[in-house]
Amino acid sequence: MQRLQERLAGCIQRREKAMGLFMTSGFPGPESTLPILREMDRGGADFIELGMPFSDPLAEGLPIQRSSERALQAGVRMKDTFNTADAFCAKSNTPLLLMGYANPINRYGISAFCRDARNAGVEGLILADVPLEEHLPFASEAAASSLGLVRLIAPNTPDERIREIDKATTAFVYAVSITGLTGSGLGAIEQVEAYLRRARDMVRTHPLLAGFGIGTHKDAVRLSHHTDGFIVGSALIEKVETLWNDGSKPTKTLYEEIRRFARALKEGDKTVEQEKA
Amino acid sequence: MEKTHPLPDERGHFGLYGGVFVPETLIPAIEELRKAYAAARKNPAFRQELDTMLTAYAGRPTPLTFCERLTAALGGPKIYLKREDLCHTGAHKINNTIGQILLARRMGKTRIIAETGAGQHGVATATVCARFGLQCIVYMGEEDIERQHLNVLRMQLLGADVRSVSSGSRTLKDATNEAIRDWVTNVRDTFYIIGSVVGPHPYPMMVRDFHRVIGDETRWQLQGVEGRPAPDAAVACVGGGSNAIGLFYAFLRDPHVQLYGVEAAGEGLNGRHAATLTKGSPGILHGTMSYLLQDEEGQVQLAHSISAGLDYPGVGPEHAWLRDTGRVHYASATDAQAIEGVKLLSKTEGVIPALETAHAIGWLPNGIRGMARNEVVVVNCSGRGDKDMGTIAKHL
Repeated sequence: MQRLQERLAGCIQRREKAMGLFMTSGFPGPESTLPILREMDRGGADFIELGMPFSDPLAEGLPIQRSSERALQAGVRMKDTFNTADAFCAKSNTPLLLMGYANPINRYGISAFCRDARNAGVEGLILADVPLEEHLPFASEAAASSLGLVRLIAPNTPDERIREIDKATTAFVYAVSITGLTGSGLGAIEQVEAYLRRARDMVRTHPLLAGFGIGTHKDAVRLSHHTDGFIVGSALIEKVETLWNDGSKPTKTLYEEIRRFARALKEGDKTVEQEKA
Repeated sequence: MEKTHPLPDERGHFGLYGGVFVPETLIPAIEELRKAYAAARKNPAFRQELDTMLTAYAGRPTPLTFCERLTAALGGPKIYLKREDLCHTGAHKINNTIGQILLARRMGKTRIIAETGAGQHGVATATVCARFGLQCIVYMGEEDIERQHLNVLRMQLLGADVRSVSSGSRTLKDATNEAIRDWVTNVRDTFYIIGSVVGPHPYPMMVRDFHRVIGDETRWQLQGVEGRPAPDAAVACVGGGSNAIGLFYAFLRDPHVQLYGVEAAGEGLNGRHAATLTKGSPGILHGTMSYLLQDEEGQVQLAHSISAGLDYPGVGPEHAWLRDTGRVHYASATDAQAIEGVKLLSKTEGVIPALETAHAIGWLPNGIRGMARNEVVVVNCSGRGDKDMGTIAKHL
């Protein structure tokens, strides 16, 4: 978890917003995930979230649901996810986290899972359905394997609980921007900003990043105004879906477009801005 | 509503099972519900309101019917049916939806959502929503919409918005996923009426409490006809397990009462089935740790049963605990045995049971073997079979 902490601290020091990018393991196909992760990295990701597909991802909107289903249909297994993580981490210093649901981890064995994740070079975990109430076995095994455990907050989380979550996390606090699913619209942006300001006041110990509903550079700028950075998942999944389903472009171009998309999320679309100027 | 055994604990655990495995967004809603239910549970006015609705609206108490011809046909112990099929809407499900809607009203929630498999819980939810004039949205798998079409029409007539779920299994599991997703999205004004003893704490406890009236009534009714409150055995079908826990709960502390939960063995335990406690393993789904049908990777497997209400790869956490402790024996009946159960009860007693209930009936011929003629068995007749006539017709 040290590399993740250092990376985020570096961003904060440089007054740069950290960008986390999510991709489902095994999507759009078992062989494509690794090169996509590398393009996300080259496109400026400060950390990568590799999604572990689950049959019943109940916090996910349609894009991530579809990507999980596709990955599972293609037969992706936990060991493939570890292999992808391992191959990525062998060639990049960009921290990689695993994101998913409790059951596949529980089935694998929490202790064995954390050990194998660590051995693959994974820096941390994000668990969508493990709140503080249930986090003990996961938190202690993660700590034993030096994995950071990211904790989530939501717009309806009370102040006191946000403080508790800030204390309990060992990586960063993930502010879910809306009461909703991944890939939902942001709705009334003033409300989101008010919530993130409140969260900023409560989260004093760890970095705070915003995610859910961020699809463009503009969203990213607005939501990271009060936070240390932002996370994009569904928009990237949809980008991959569109590119791969289209089928008319050569593979090399597809990967380049992922890199460009990542860069545009972080820096804005410079070419468009230059043309305007 | 005093407890008869001290579970779940404060954190909603039945031994290893139960808990609250939900996204953070749902924690405030669950906390609000937990507090509201804890207050209502102790409030005599709530109890009074609930009792009035159960008697004046749902038709409680339901009879305990002695089955003379079924008993004779099986040649064993005396068989009684607890007639939940005579509840308003045709199944036990209304006991719980009345309890939950009264709670939702106390909490000021205006929008009700539910999941349904066979449609019985959906109908029971739509019914109480109509009764109190609340908006009702029911998630139902595409496949179930086809096989339980009559219940879809009933829900629509009652004013509910039935939303078809086409993801994954296209049955109860994915309908539940969609209901939870709706709840996450509309968490502030929405009350989720869960239809079985599943889901995050406090649902398994709360739904059990609302159904325990089944067993409690059985005790005094049996006292009246047999001169003793407890039978020698109690039998119920188990999908999520709400009707079973409702009957069993009153007898958990009577160690001489044999308790049998009958799961759906589908095409057989080596084929496609829904026998979670018989063939599954511990896992986490829909907010709770319990037994689960899953593969080696922890991916939830598709269940199969001829009855939509049992077609679920999970089961209530209290059943998982009762299985491990050995207090309840979990058995199973195949699709074919269920059909035989429908025929048997229809022809011997003039009662057409739901396909879910028919699993408990279908299990009887083998299950009661060895019991004496002076022994007493109570079977929970959890629902009536009208809704299943389309499916049953194919097997006559």
